[in-house]
Amino acid sequence: MTTVEIWTLIIGLGAVTYLIRFSFLGLLAGRDVPAGLRRALGFVPVTVLPALTLPMVLYEDGVLTADPARLTAALAGLLVGIATRHMIAALATAMGVFLALRAFGF
Amino acid sequence: MAARRGLPMCLLMSFEDVHPSAAAPVAATAQSPSRRGFVAGLWASIPVYMAVIPFGVIFGTIAVEAGFSLAETMAYTIIVTAGASQLAALSVLEEGGPVLVAILTGAVVNLRMAMYSAALAVHWQGAAMLWRVPAAFFLHDQAFAVSMARYARKDEPLADRLGFYFGVGVSTTSVWILATLAGALIGSGLPDSWGLEFAVPACFLAITAPLIRGTANVAAAATSALLAVLLAGLPHGFGLIAAAAAGIAVGMAVAGRIEARSP
Repeated sequence: MTTVEIWTLIIGLGAVTYLIRFSFLGLLAGRDVPAGLRRALGFVPVTVLPALTLPMVLYEDGVLTADPARLTAALAGLLVGIATRHMIAALATAMGVFLALRAFGF
Repeated sequence: MAARRGLPMCLLMSFEDVHPSAAAPVAATAQSPSRRGFVAGLWASIPVYMAVIPFGVIFGTIAVEAGFSLAETMAYTIIVTAGASQLAALSVLEEGGPVLVAILTGAVVNLRMAMYSAALAVHWQGAAMLWRVPAAFFLHDQAFAVSMARYARKDEPLADRLGFYFGVGVSTTSVWILATLAGALIGSGLPDSWGLEFAVPACFLAITAPLIRGTANVAAAATSALLAVLLAGLPHGFGLIAAAAAGIAVGMAVAGRIEARSP
């Protein structure tokens, strides 16, 4: 990770993110969002985030470990998050279960 | 200025019922955010700090651990202001992926903001471009959710609606930046026993789980997560995009099926 790479990321992701945010507020103001695109965008958070998360849970430093402590903690956080609809409750559960299992030597 | 033809159709909840005052003729003078709305927005944003502060602190520590300097961490958080995408792009770079793939990954994570942009535009008919340009900077999950909840509940003039949004945006973004700073200063001082290596997946999980509602969402999320694991061998980022695309297709197919069954 070089300094040039880091600053390219900062400016590049910053610019792209701003353009996405400005899209219908500014660039396309007053245009209809096509129904199909609208439905597809509705599924973006529930597909992109799980696709990022599961490999992160299963892999450690690029190696597939499927560590029981990480899997159990992730499952507990997922269930609490779905049941309570609270981000902080889910985060606290996942971290709490993970640290507890680690403390007991798992 | 927003042309009056073709109001963007809206999403989530019941945003289709366009704000009554949005249908009023556009005033000749450009609408500016009101101070009253701004103060209301500041107050309304306080409960959201509960979600913003821990995430910001974790992001700050992780960025510094990954090798970002304090200045780089702060520039990143101030310029991008979108935590999940910042983490996702950072992890691509940390694993040795090319910077363009890191940007692409972050952009994919932020695509949902196009949906937010369209939903807000409905309530901002008549707002001047002068205010739309800075407003877009604050368009993250919290500012969107808190503002939309207010718009659905109260029928206020455009100036108050704009003010409210800016109040929420300025307040949550400032707290996000300060929380990141706190995390970056604590930095690598945190001991391993705090489980920081699990903090990134735990954060993503915590953001995602509350969003998963209904069969179509479950099907989309499960497809995407499993495919992402199977495709983990593909070059950085491609597995993510292919998995998400397949998940979206499955979600739309399941939603279509459910709609067809219940007239």
